[in-house]
Amino acid sequence: MSVNWYLLVSAMIFTLGAAGVIVRRNPLVILLCLELMLNAGNLALIGFSRMWGDGAGEIFAIVVMVIAACEVAIGLGIIVALYRRRLPVDVDELRELHG
Amino acid sequence: MTFLFFFIFAGFALAGAVGVVMLRNPFYCMLSLVVHLISLALLFLLLEAQFVAVAQIVVYAGAVMVLYVFVVAYVGGGDKPDQLWSASARQKALAIGFASLIFIELAIAILGTALSALGTDGATLSANYGTPAQIGELLLTDYLLAFELASMLLLVAAIGAVALAGRRGGIAEDESNLSPRHTPVDTPSPAATGSMAEGVSGYGVTKPLPDPQFEGRELQQPTRAAAEDDR
Repeated sequence: MSVNWYLLVSAMIFTLGAAGVIVRRNPLVILLCLELMLNAGNLALIGFSRMWGDGAGEIFAIVVMVIAACEVAIGLGIIVALYRRRLPVDVDELRELHG
Repeated sequence: MTFLFFFIFAGFALAGAVGVVMLRNPFYCMLSLVVHLISLALLFLLLEAQFVAVAQIVVYAGAVMVLYVFVVAYVGGGDKPDQLWSASARQKALAIGFASLIFIELAIAILGTALSALGTDGATLSANYGTPAQIGELLLTDYLLAFELASMLLLVAAIGAVALAGRRGGIAEDESNLSPRHTPVDTPSPAATGSMAEGVSGYGVTKPLPDPQFEGRELQQPTRAAAEDDR
């Protein structure tokens, strides 16, 4: 079956993730939405890998999964540090880096 | 048949993604993401990438999500009614507009390429496509540098996470200046709590421990010792 279908699903998931990153205010959920975007990229990579019959796309997908794991570890560490310092866990109220 | 499975799994993946964006409680968002990840792994299986599908379930839907469960349980966040519905209308409109722009752009990119002329049904696959053998061989030959860099990145991320979230040092250094959170450990418990003396003769919470210099006598026969002092 055509890879276009997979690309379409990937585009929809990416779009949902981007909308979520903008509209949500809880940093935990923003991290989840970032996962959605990374996964959409993974789906497209695997789809292209299947289309060419070549393993490179799968390696890329695995590297993306590693990056996502690092991002989750650091992001959750920051959230825990925020919570420890009694800062509000809400990205709209954390304006110190806003300038 | 492949079409049928594709639409089922894609439907679940999209429903999971919608759930992540729309649900109010972060815990439910996370469970919805697990549904999304598992159906995505099934899509990977349809694309015959077996190893990546298994890694997706084990690493993502397993390990990473357990980390999320811990942090959601620690931070909470499910208490307040969220957030999504209190987002300002301007922000929501911006989000929808931006997302539809991205989607239109991606759709143009997909439709506008010459992919349809290429015959996108996929190449004939070799027998070991997507197996751990092929992945391992590629990782240790062609993509060795990426492999090593990824492992270094994981190490750095682990150290960074410990430094950020650790109790001493890091960002939480001036934690002691803030109002201390009350924990059971901080409550001063009477001396002899949890010792043999508490269990045998009831010292501790109800009776304070006697002065150490009289300890031997008092512990044996407190009443008679008091009587002797009077005499």
